[in-house]
Order: sequence, then structure tokens, then C-alpha cells
Amino acid sequence: MAPLFRRRANSLAVVILVGILALLMAISVFAYVVYRSPYQTDVGYAPAQPVPFSHQHHVGGLGLDCRYCHSGAETSDVAGLPPTLTCMTCHSQEWLNAEMLSPVRQSLANRTPLRWTRVHDLPDYTYFSHRAHVNNGVGCESCHGRVDRMPMTFQAKPLTMQWCLDCHRNPSPHLRPPEKITAMGYSPRRDGIAGERLIKRYRIHPDTLLECATCHR
Amino acid sequence: MTPRHRSLLPAGLTHANLTRRISDLVLHRPSPPGWWIALVICSLLTLMLLVTMSVLFSHGVGIFGLNIPVAWGLPIVNTIWWIGIAHAGTLISAVLLLTRQPWRASINRFAEAMAMFAIVCAGMYPLLHLGRPELFYYLLPYPDTMDLWPQWRSPLVWDFFAITMYLLFTALFLYMSLLPDLATLRDRATRRVGQYGYAILALGWRGSATHWARYEKATLILAALATPIVVTVTGIISLDLSVSIVPGYHFTIFPPYFVAGALFSGFSTVALLAVLLRSLFGLRDLVTDTHLDYLGRMMLFFGLIVAYAYTQEMFTAWYSGEDYYRHVYVDRWTGPYAPAWWSMIVCNVVLVQLLWFRRVRRHGPAMLCLALTSNLGMWLERFQIVFTSTHADYQPANWDVNWPTVWDWAAYLGSLGLFGLLLLLFVRLMPLISMHDMRALIARQREERDDG
Repeated sequence: MAPLFRRRANSLAVVILVGILALLMAISVFAYVVYRSPYQTDVGYAPAQPVPFSHQHHVGGLGLDCRYCHSGAETSDVAGLPPTLTCMTCHSQEWLNAEMLSPVRQSLANRTPLRWTRVHDLPDYTYFSHRAHVNNGVGCESCHGRVDRMPMTFQAKPLTMQWCLDCHRNPSPHLRPPEKITAMGYSPRRDGIAGERLIKRYRIHPDTLLECATCHR
Repeated sequence: MTPRHRSLLPAGLTHANLTRRISDLVLHRPSPPGWWIALVICSLLTLMLLVTMSVLFSHGVGIFGLNIPVAWGLPIVNTIWWIGIAHAGTLISAVLLLTRQPWRASINRFAEAMAMFAIVCAGMYPLLHLGRPELFYYLLPYPDTMDLWPQWRSPLVWDFFAITMYLLFTALFLYMSLLPDLATLRDRATRRVGQYGYAILALGWRGSATHWARYEKATLILAALATPIVVTVTGIISLDLSVSIVPGYHFTIFPPYFVAGALFSGFSTVALLAVLLRSLFGLRDLVTDTHLDYLGRMMLFFGLIVAYAYTQEMFTAWYSGEDYYRHVYVDRWTGPYAPAWWSMIVCNVVLVQLLWFRRVRRHGPAMLCLALTSNLGMWLERFQIVFTSTHADYQPANWDVNWPTVWDWAAYLGSLGLFGLLLLLFVRLMPLISMHDMRALIARQREERDDG
């Protein structure tokens, strides 16, 4: 009986077997890369806003403190967005006729708040408290990045659970003294007080940071 | 070889006519009418399973009768039952191979196939039972963006690995033992499709001495690996229950008790298939009454261990002195699920005693009936363990009963259909008796005769 397959079939079989293995590995690597890429994590997400508000100008240029506008950060779970009146502390004097600012003036006239588009959107099953972080040595910059260099606000960090845990598992290298919480360009490791001392000063118990119910309530 | 063993083979069976008979079943003979009827029934049941799965995925596990004290319902009962059935296949293919039992030759193939398809059915339920089945891969330790590993202290994770390993292993073992037979089919197939199909599956098997030497070695290694699997997989699944502190689950006897129960139901299923397949394909001279006799002895042996485990479980509950443990038992005898308990005792303890009689063990229809009642009894055993233990535990305020819904039953009956469908297709596409194992048995018998 004539053989069913030619000699070539042997090499083909090897190629197919190796190919299946290579394909599986390629799929794994691809999935790994995609799940950590900005495509999945939204790092760099900078949605259009009703007013092209520039943190670069207000924070980097004018030197406003974060809490001037986000006044809830120290006292509430949510840092909060400012009411239009806060904008008007300056803009009732400055740039009165700027076209860019007309939504702000309309908001004041109509008594309807500006509808900003959320940039940092955590899943609904996570509980995040600004107060708990800001009062215990975690700076704004740690999660929001260098907002003083953002002409348009964008998401600077991946906000994955892994990223949260990086700090919750070992908080001390990320801690700042209270007066540096809102500082931009401050490096806790290089510039400040040693984390071990801050962790004592803030009375942080690292074990409790890893309880499931700390973030998932 | 004793004369008793010789009765396993019909007189005048040679290598040539055995191979022709078995391969013709696959290649040339049309399917018997019984096969077609069974195929239609099993396909309809499988269709029902698919419908149930679609409804389940669109509506969620609420369609089952689950509630909060009884959070594990029929799906878990079915998983334990199916995985138990699989175990006899592994025992026959591995332990009986290592102990060189000649009677495994004609039944090992369909026992292995049975194991394979039973694991498929068993593995399906834990995933169906998840509230969010699409996230089942959370059980895998993969580098995820949550930076979390599975909870290694959870028996559910052990369970996942046990079932996955068992599935891979059984598939490998089944395929290994098919290789020489696939080559036979390749050589005997007359149509192009068959020739190429079997040729690809046979992976270039030429039956050279080197091939056989390697095959024997690989089979022995796999069998040695499989032997611990026979005890560990169901043992680990029993830990899902016994590691918790629920009265009625929390018994140290569970792993050996579950393994014995698994082998009991497994051997029952092998006996069931042996009776059905041999009459369907006219193989009464190859799968003889002596085979049924051995299977019956195995059923009796493991059935008695199961009965012993029942007494020990009750003794432990009484001896613990704990009100809740004792209550679970009183509740099993008199509570809402009492019919399940008493039916289980009838099936697994009372009826099994018939197997002491040689005439019953060698009687096909009797074995068929006992196989059915034993499987029913083992299903009821898992049912009463899962249901009665949780429906009334430490918090009387939370006591409640869970009655399976129509979807629970559809999912269960559907899995029977899936199992039957896979098995029916298998016996038409692959030789249902291992030709090379049978040839080896014939050769050994001939040597014996020449020597004597």
C-alpha cells in the first residue's frame, strides 16, 4: 500500500505542534500586555471638558493650592469639584469677556452647575476615601500625578488593584509630612522625612490596609 | 494462568479474527437500530442541557432552587456524583494494569471513555454554578492586574486543580491506549476520510518493537501516576465539604468514604455499560459473565465500605456529643429530606447484598438493575449530604429547605444525555474494546497452553 503521507508530513507535524505552543504563548503575552496597556487602564485619558480648564496654568503657573477648589479632600470621602462661585472669586475680575469662559458665566447666571466629565473613575465596588488618604500622608500627586503639568487633566496612573496594593502593602516609601500633601514634584523617598518615622507619626497599621473590607465594603 | 482466567476468552479467538471483528464494528458494520434510538434520545437531552445553559447564563443561578442556607444545590451533587463515576475508569486502567488483572482487557477501553466523559460532565457544573461563570479563570494563578493569587487555603481552588489535572490525565491515558488501535483502523479503513483521519490521530504509529517498548513504559508510568489520582481527586472534592465546620460536612472520614462511594458508583456504571454495549454490539463472548462477576464483586466490596462509612458517620455524630451534629442525623431520618436518606439505604446497603450471590453477579439484566439502583443510591447519598447538612445548621432562625427546580432537573438529565451522546459517538468512531490488550491476552493464553 502506498504511504498515506509524504516525508514532508513529519516536519509539518512538528511545525504544527510547535506552532500551537507558540500560539498559546503569544496569546498569553498579548493578553498580559493588553491588560496592562493604557488601552485597558485608561492612562492618558483626557476627555473634553465644558471649559478647557488648565491645571498647568492654575497650579503650576499661579500656584493655587489643590484644596482651594477641591475643598472636601481633607474632610470628606470625595474631594469635590468647586461650585461656580469659586471660579468667580477671580473670574469676576479676570478674563471677563473670554469666549472660553462663557459656560462659566452662563452657569452662574442660570444657577446650574458646570457638568465636568469624570477623569478618575473607580469601579463601583471599590470604596475610596480622600480624607483617609490626605490626612495620613498620601499626597495628591501620588494618585493624580503632576497636575501642575497638565494643560488638560488626564489620568496619570493605571488605577488597577495591583497599583493600589503596591502602596497598601508597603506604604512607608510613599508618605509625606502634612505640609507637603499638596506639593507637586515632591519625592517622598528623596526629599522628605524617612517613611518609617512618618508611619509612626500617622499611626498607620499596615496590616489593616490589606483587609478586603478596607476597599470593598 | 488458571482455568478461570481462560474462560475470559472464547475458544478459537485468534489475533486475526478478533481484530477483524472489532475494527469492522467501527469501519464497516452499520449502526444497530438501538444505537440510533439512543442517539436521538441523548441528543434531545443534550439539547435540553444547552437550553438550560442559555437560560442560566441569561438569568443567573436564581433559576436553580438555591437559597441561603442551602447555597449548594443539585449542581454540586451532580459534580460529586459524576466525578465519582469517573474513578472506576481510572482504577481499571491504572490499578488493574499495575496488578496485571487479565479481566481488564476487554472492558478498559469503554471504562476509560466513561471516565473521560464523566469528568466532562462533572467539570461543567462548578462553572455553571458560579454566579458569574465568565470569571471562572479567577481560580487560576495568573499574573492579573489585581495582584491577587487564588486563596490557596480554599478547597475550591484545590478542587479546580484536581478536576483539571484529572481531565488532562484521563484524556492522555485514553489517547495513549488508543494509539495502536488507531493505527490498526488506519490500515484497515477503506475510505480516504477514515484513512487520513485515523492516520493523523495515530501519530505515525507503525507497531515497531521500539514503539511497543516505549508504549509499555509510558503506560506503566502513567498508570503509576494515576494510582494516587484514584484516591486524591474525590478525596479533595470531599474536602470542599469536610473542611468547612458545617455539621454533617465536618467529618474526617469524608475522603476515604467519598473514594469508596466513587468507586462503588463507578464500577456500577462500568457494569451498566458492559451489559448494554455487549448486547448492543453482540459482544457477549468477549465481555463475558465472568467479567460481570468481577465487576459485581468490586461493587459489593466498595458498597460494603460505603455502608461501613455510614455507620461510622452516625457513630461520630453521636460520639461528638454535639447537639447540632446529632440533630443532623435525626433530621436525615425524619426531616423533610428523609425519603432521600431511606431510599439511599435501600439502594446502597440493602439491595447490594444481592451481589453475594454468584447467580446474580453473572446475570446480565440483574446486574443492569443493580447498577442502576447503585447509581441512584450514590446520587441520593450526595444529595442528602449536600442538602441536609446545610438546610438546618447552627442558626435555627436561618433554617430553610431548598427544593430543586425544573431547571435543576433539566441540568441533571441533560448531563446524562451529554454523557450518553459522547459515549455513543465514541463507540462508533473508536474501537470499544482494546484490540491490542485483547491480543496480548490471547498471546499469553497461547503461551500458557504451549508450556502446559
